[in-house]
Amino acid sequence: MRDDNGIEVEGLVREFKNGPRAVDGIDLQVSPGEIYGFLGPNGAGKSTTVLMLTTLLPPTQGTARVAGHDIVSQAAAVRANIGVALQDAALDPLLTGSEHMRLQTALQGVPKADRRRRGNDLIERVGLADAADRRVGGYSGGMKRRLDLALSLVHSPRLLFLDEPTTGLDPSSRSDLWVEVARLAREEGVTVFLTTQYLEEADVLADRVAIIDAGRIVAEGTPESLKDAIGRPALEVVPCDGGLREAAAAVLSRFGTPAASAPNAAAVRLDRGNDALADVVRALDAEDIRIADFQLHAPSLDDVFLAKTGKKLGGEDEPVTGEHLEAMAS
Amino acid sequence: MSERAPISLAAQVGELARRSVMRTLRQPAQIVPPVIFPLFLLAINSSGLDAATKIPGFPSDSYVDFAMAFAFMQGAIFSMVNAGTDLARDVESGFLTRLALTPMRRAALLVGQLAGVLLVTFLAGVIYLLVGLIAGVTVATGGTGVIVLFLLASLIGLAFASLGAYIGLRFGSAEAVQGFFPLFFVSLFLSSASLPRDLIEQDWFRTIATYNPVSYLVEGVRSLFVIGWDGEALALGFGIAGLIALIGVTASASALRSRVVR
Repeated sequence: MRDDNGIEVEGLVREFKNGPRAVDGIDLQVSPGEIYGFLGPNGAGKSTTVLMLTTLLPPTQGTARVAGHDIVSQAAAVRANIGVALQDAALDPLLTGSEHMRLQTALQGVPKADRRRRGNDLIERVGLADAADRRVGGYSGGMKRRLDLALSLVHSPRLLFLDEPTTGLDPSSRSDLWVEVARLAREEGVTVFLTTQYLEEADVLADRVAIIDAGRIVAEGTPESLKDAIGRPALEVVPCDGGLREAAAAVLSRFGTPAASAPNAAAVRLDRGNDALADVVRALDAEDIRIADFQLHAPSLDDVFLAKTGKKLGGEDEPVTGEHLEAMAS
Repeated sequence: MSERAPISLAAQVGELARRSVMRTLRQPAQIVPPVIFPLFLLAINSSGLDAATKIPGFPSDSYVDFAMAFAFMQGAIFSMVNAGTDLARDVESGFLTRLALTPMRRAALLVGQLAGVLLVTFLAGVIYLLVGLIAGVTVATGGTGVIVLFLLASLIGLAFASLGAYIGLRFGSAEAVQGFFPLFFVSLFLSSASLPRDLIEQDWFRTIATYNPVSYLVEGVRSLFVIGWDGEALALGFGIAGLIALIGVTASASALRSRVVR
């Protein structure tokens, strides 16, 4: 095992009382400085994995090393090297942003002379300078997430765990956070372990992506390699006459496997890829089906997800509170 | 990674106590009831039960002097509620998890939290005494007795606050802590807070009051106001308060350990 800022996981399992295995034997490796996206549907085990890797929940089986330290026997060393922003921003509504910074810098052992500067820098970096002296109870959801991120960075961690960091954020705040996360990885060499329910987020940010379903990793690779593995593009056709949708679907089925489409459209994953396009148009014309819209979709992570799990990704992931906290207390 | 210097336990306690005090000062609901309600009940009891001083063997000719201990005990019960509620809210908000991810020592969180609550308990006690003195209360043990009074009241406050901390950490719910409030309040009424034990006529009540440790806390405080230096009452008061505090702090530390997996 290396003494670096990577993550190595072997056979990690977590069982809850009277429940199924939330995490069912996962193996993964995250290289130093990499952004690793962890994608999965509701209840797949993403947050449980993060809780284990951040030492907040003991695994039932398996081993994991974070920054070269075992998550069970060297938990304190792991915590000293990681920054964590969990799904719900863990803030005290009665304290101001600056007071949070003061407390966090002190408890994380930032030298006294540097605390104020470090706190101010981070507050400014996440765009909260104007709100720094306001109580957090009055912050918007986006402001809370940004403060949470800033707090996770006060001790300049080598690894950063972000559990659905942009859930609930407006597009602008989400984009700002992506920029900051990417900067941390590219410029400061911070390893980022990121769970997300947004395929776009994983596609834009992650160097590699793992798809987890029912506690097991079902696919892993770079976003490009995963999409390439699906290979074939999908063609979606919207007939001018809505009544001809079934007829259009029948024509398309000659060229590949039916694919998910909008309610007023028909779609097919083309067996011969783009080479079949001209033949499809001719076949539709021969059946006298006039086309209102005609779109060729390159494979997306959504397609990868569908292919690997048989379902579309969406909805909320399992919350960090509730069963997890009960398990933490037991 | 920037240079980091391990922060001492005392500094950790200082930071967390500072937060606890700030939180308390920003929540009027944590300050007003511990000050107002005990004084309110003191006024009611003193006017309504003054005739009790005519009972042969009653240890004081002023029921206000006698009832001052009741006010201090109520303040201690509020410290239970405040300590427990604050910690439960930290569990509910996830803030405890944030603290768990720092190199903070568990003892710092408990001591820091309890220090903030005890400060409020202490200040409330000063107000009870000042109001009492204005109302004509006398302290049989004099100025030295006042110092001992605040030492004992602080230890009793710590005992109740540590029990509140345990409840808050064990159940992780502010509502659960509030739910225990009546239980503690009833334990006060089923003690010798309203009458000396030997003057309670009902056998069942006297038996309960005798076995109720709260009676000995009340009697320790009360002795300083109405009896004078009573070594036995003080020894029992300090001893039982210390024992409850020991049990409460140990149980809280255990509950905290379970909450923040280490």
